[in-house]
Amino acid sequence: MSSTLTAVAAMTLSEVTQKRFAQEVAKYPADQSQSAVMACLSIVQQENGWVSPEAELAVAQYLGMPAMAVREVSSFYNMYNLKPVGRYKINVCTNLPCQLRNGAGALAHLCERLGIEVGGTTADGLFTVQAGECMGACGDAPVVLVNDRSMCSFMGHDKLDQLVDGLRQSATDKAAT
Amino acid sequence: MTEQQLLSQFQAQGLESCFHDRHISPQILAGLNGNNWQLKDYEARGGYQALRKILGQDGSEGLSQDQVIAIVKESGLRGRGGAGFPTGLKWSFMPRQFPGSKYLVCNSDEGEPGTFKDRDILQFNPHIVIEGMAIAAYAMGIGVGYNYIHGEIFKTYERFEAALEQARAAGYLGDKIMGSSFSFQLHAAHGFGAYICGEETALLESLEGKKGQPRFKPPFPASFGLYGKPTTINNTETFSAVPWIIKNGGAAYLACGKPNNGGTKIFSISGDVERPGNYEIPLGTPFAKLLELAGGMRGGRALKAVIPGGSSAPVLPASIMMDITMDYDAIAKAGSMLGSGAVIVMDERRCMVKSLQRLSYFYMHESCGQCTPCREGTGWLWRMVDRIENGQGRPSDMDLLDNVAESIMGRTICALGDAAAMPVRGMLKHFRAEFEHHITHKTCMVAAHV
Repeated sequence: MSSTLTAVAAMTLSEVTQKRFAQEVAKYPADQSQSAVMACLSIVQQENGWVSPEAELAVAQYLGMPAMAVREVSSFYNMYNLKPVGRYKINVCTNLPCQLRNGAGALAHLCERLGIEVGGTTADGLFTVQAGECMGACGDAPVVLVNDRSMCSFMGHDKLDQLVDGLRQSATDKAAT
Repeated sequence: MTEQQLLSQFQAQGLESCFHDRHISPQILAGLNGNNWQLKDYEARGGYQALRKILGQDGSEGLSQDQVIAIVKESGLRGRGGAGFPTGLKWSFMPRQFPGSKYLVCNSDEGEPGTFKDRDILQFNPHIVIEGMAIAAYAMGIGVGYNYIHGEIFKTYERFEAALEQARAAGYLGDKIMGSSFSFQLHAAHGFGAYICGEETALLESLEGKKGQPRFKPPFPASFGLYGKPTTINNTETFSAVPWIIKNGGAAYLACGKPNNGGTKIFSISGDVERPGNYEIPLGTPFAKLLELAGGMRGGRALKAVIPGGSSAPVLPASIMMDITMDYDAIAKAGSMLGSGAVIVMDERRCMVKSLQRLSYFYMHESCGQCTPCREGTGWLWRMVDRIENGQGRPSDMDLLDNVAESIMGRTICALGDAAAMPVRGMLKHFRAEFEHHITHKTCMVAAHV
């Protein structure tokens, strides 16, 4: 993978992105900008859908750290997408407390409804479904996480259907405007 | 409807998990309704009075650092994140006179399967954490703090950021707090999906912008912590207990619980109960009472087993659970641990092999890979339990499981190895027959297993 890193050109960071980066860097001592790498990578992912090698290089240059150190982070933490995913990445918790309240059933239902395997993406590029580990919301099982930042609780099959239909609708609406 | 409007419809409102009248003498979750998380609401509940008191901004002469630590020691407060270490003692380890930077870190990386209390505290009462941290910083002479929040609860991270802004604007954080000589800067950081970062030194590595691999101890964080500086790390709920202790005194807090187990504790109950959720009750409350608060067993089924302190704690059978009280010492005596207070309840339909299969997968997945016994051992454990569950187990697997678990225990840098091994040993100790049945008959002992 390191050859990939040297072969790419850094992504251009917009002013808005740089401003968001700066807010994160400001939390840490002046000589510890690297501390902001987790937040910067999650910002990049929110804006682009995934963390590309070009984005890793841009973050590395912004924070003044080796690109490889950025890759160490992006590849260690489960939530970073190192490959493009669907427009809506849905993670379903299947750990034991959720399993006791049909977390596995929620995952199976989503996959069946979308016609994909666990980890797969729908042909229209709208949905990716993944099995996740504990999200710290076991009392609300079944629990799913949409695009890293929106947790949905008590997701029985009816609500999962509403979620999928609603997201599909909002994507269509957005495309129309 | 926009995406955000749609998604917000599915967001938990805390009604089920937190805002109910089934707490007993709550301190942290008292009076919350989901809409009263803001600064003015917290102040109306008596918030920031403890900070005012120690800084002598309430007309009194204030409290010295030693006095604050002495009160926390007297309270019997023990770490609420899992280890149960006495908080006052931990605070006394900090080299207060050390002239350079010192750091305070709140561990809100709540990923222990079964635990969801810190989320509700941060979401619905964030200022209690800020006040607790400010008091701790004062007691240890610390100028800067970070709250590291589990990446999966991003809305909660944003809520905490909003609360920080309010506290700064009101002068409860920042330079010369409330006109005193005490200054404390507090910031929020977030993880992004790594269970291991709940381990305190892995968390420090992550805060430094690295992969979260635990550090060898010693040196302990009190001497070599964040950026190599003296650092104290406590759990969210631990900090949240502090304002009440300062206002009401250490003895009053201790009196809420039982000796050596002071105060209230928030138990997160999940699994086969009628009403999963958070229940704040005094330590020493019988498990039977807690189960009753949670609405009893779902569907009136019989209790089979309980994992009393998060997935890393050894499972205990119903017969033991129904006789014990919920506190550090009683659960330890019964052969398990109170841990983070995550109570996973399983009814008579549950297959223990399948349950362990899922937990073993989790530990294999989350091992950071640094220590061989854990990296390799967690994989061995999962593969063996998996084949037993799938009817391919061998009679020799029983001893081999125990042997691999034994070979991990105590042989790794951090506690994740132990956390993977302990559930295995707990299961074999109390439910051995179920594993043997699986191996012999290649099928489940319970009819409708999950």
